[in-house]
Amino acid sequence: MSITTTEQLSATTLLRFATAGSVDDGKSTLVGRLLHDSKSVLTDQLEAVTQASLGRGQEAPDLALLTDGLRAEREQGITIDVAYRYFATPRRRFILADTPGHVQYTRNMVTGASTAELAVVLVDARNGVVEQTRRHAAVAALLRVPHVVLAVNKMDLVEYAEPVFAAIAEEFTAYAASLGVPEITAIPISALAGDNVVEPSAHMDWYGGPTVLEHLETVPVSHDLTACHARFPVQYVIRPQTAEHPDYRGYAGQIAAGVFRVGETVSVLPSGRTTTIEAIDALGESVDVAWAPQSVTLRLADDIDVSRGDLIAPSSDTPATTQDVEATVCHVADRPLTVGQRVLLKHTTRTVKAIVKDIPSRLTLDDLSQHPAPGQLVANDIGRVVVRTAEPLALDAYADSRRTGSFLLIDPADGTTLTAGMAGASFAAVTEGTADADTSAEDAEWDF
Amino acid sequence: MSTVATVPEGTVNPYALSHLDSLESEAVHIFREVAGEFERPVILFSGGKDSILMLHLALKAFAPAPIPFTLLHVDTGHNFPEVLEYRDRTVEKHGLRLHVASVQEYIDAGKLRERPDGTRNPLQTVPLTEAIQQHRFDAVFGGGRRDEEKARAKERVFSLRDEFSQWDPRRQRPELWQLYNGRHAPGEHVRVFPISNWTELDVWQYIEREGIELPEIYFAHEREVFSRSGMWLTAGEWGGPKDHEKVETRQVRYRTVGDMSCTGAVDSDATTLDAVITEIAASRLTERGATRADDKMSEAAMEDRKREGYF
Repeated sequence: MSITTTEQLSATTLLRFATAGSVDDGKSTLVGRLLHDSKSVLTDQLEAVTQASLGRGQEAPDLALLTDGLRAEREQGITIDVAYRYFATPRRRFILADTPGHVQYTRNMVTGASTAELAVVLVDARNGVVEQTRRHAAVAALLRVPHVVLAVNKMDLVEYAEPVFAAIAEEFTAYAASLGVPEITAIPISALAGDNVVEPSAHMDWYGGPTVLEHLETVPVSHDLTACHARFPVQYVIRPQTAEHPDYRGYAGQIAAGVFRVGETVSVLPSGRTTTIEAIDALGESVDVAWAPQSVTLRLADDIDVSRGDLIAPSSDTPATTQDVEATVCHVADRPLTVGQRVLLKHTTRTVKAIVKDIPSRLTLDDLSQHPAPGQLVANDIGRVVVRTAEPLALDAYADSRRTGSFLLIDPADGTTLTAGMAGASFAAVTEGTADADTSAEDAEWDF
Repeated sequence: MSTVATVPEGTVNPYALSHLDSLESEAVHIFREVAGEFERPVILFSGGKDSILMLHLALKAFAPAPIPFTLLHVDTGHNFPEVLEYRDRTVEKHGLRLHVASVQEYIDAGKLRERPDGTRNPLQTVPLTEAIQQHRFDAVFGGGRRDEEKARAKERVFSLRDEFSQWDPRRQRPELWQLYNGRHAPGEHVRVFPISNWTELDVWQYIEREGIELPEIYFAHEREVFSRSGMWLTAGEWGGPKDHEKVETRQVRYRTVGDMSCTGAVDSDATTLDAVITEIAASRLTERGATRADDKMSEAAMEDRKREGYF
């Protein structure tokens, strides 16, 4: 399992994933098992954990201490905040956002899921799909995490019985699919005994699928970017003004989605001015084509006004600009978000003044019921908001681009991050609706 | 409804980025965000591999223009001479501006007191925070990585610090997508960690790929060392060895460089980048576990130092 040669290492790709599970589902054990069995826990870490566990009177090393990095977490034996873990196999490198299960779960899972390409949702085989499971599935669906793994844990406590797993997998898959989760993989495991986590289980020969690690290693991490709307938020203007480069003017940024090519006709938003891409500099190398998420510098044929906060897109495929943003949001701050509140809205590289015009509804994640006109959102609430911005934004639907469809609401007084926003429809419609689900009667069920 | 389609299994995706390209792109994005949003950013530069990597990434991020940041080194007074020489040479080569905050000057002026154990690493906090205030830096890049230490695993990429440079892990801003929030009040600043998501192995692989020059102490060489708390410390004017500690010559290299009083060498015969990578990939010890005495002082040593303003 461990990596030995440089050659093996350079061929690997990176998968960012998040775990979700409530306290007693065995999330820490699963994470510990993944790290331990993939030989990613080193001797001195294990020694430190063993010492700390002994010091507390525990007999076996408490693997949760590997991830609970803060004094307060170790004192209270709970996970307070998202932690990031790193491990590798010869096939792939992993960044795991380890999100706490029970304290302030929604905002933490939203944080972890926002950058994840895969979410592992844990279920206790004895309890099956419970409210918390539905909540996790809903957050994964809202955040449009492309792949979801249902890990049915504690199979050892149900005698490794196939019907138990099958029933849970079926119920979860139907539920998650109805929310528009594009890909669901169910795996029966015992994190404690090590069944189907890294090694295939000897107890469940009825299961022919991959182990959790095998699946993590093989799931496709990047998408066919040629099909995505190409988007380039301008971060910074590079103008050396040196003897060597007196006329160089490059627009630096990270391609948010899609592909850009030299010679392509592009528009600069929100102004709408049009020009062509004269050159692409990919961190020191001149290239003809570049794609997301590469950080590059674009040079344009015409000397037009372009600055930080502008968005460059192919002229044939530009997003509409708007000052009226309708979105699903997760409120992440302890102080509430209220109708009429003045905020800052940060979208890609652009920060504008905005006002919360309306909060039409608040969602209960447990049963996806909606509460009309709550007046405010408090910490961990998910709801619909309508925001009016002082300047036009080139905003995509979050369904089309997690990068150009997401935004933050920020308190202008002290800079507190208040709210995470996702523009457009909330859940992907199973009925193949449009991104504008708000007006679709079929989608009313998921439209809050 | 989504236009995102997955590539069919079994086909090679021409748009897949290698993990090093992904990490590089992310770090460059972070450097450019800071350049776009802050007035007076500074890069903490010690001449160690992580800060060398940061400088390399910054140079790439703004090429062909010079990097729009100055550098700051907190000199403990117990730095490895080879590293200081490298630092000065690099600053000169790229035409950069370097600020030095000196722990020794603070001690000489009576503003800091030497610790009984002789370790100067924790003493860096005061000169660092005062330099930040004095120069009114509003963004301070650090080479901290989340894989180094469990408290650092909890650190945000953009980490708001109050006017005393303090870190409050329970009051961190949630960090979502790639939308980094750099808002801060006057007097506050933001610590920025562009290589948060890199591991020690990633750093070395990237150094090899990019052909980045490093101070020679990262490669195996003969050195006079003595053993203290299970680590090989370099004998020198900083105060080691003590009477009962025996100096011997060994072939060693460093995995980290820091204050000589608490940075240990490891036995090694790795004289090339390739050999170093092979050695690290096979090592059963973490980077800091193998070579940093100051992290072993207590279970929360790093967290406690970070709370006070350490990077």
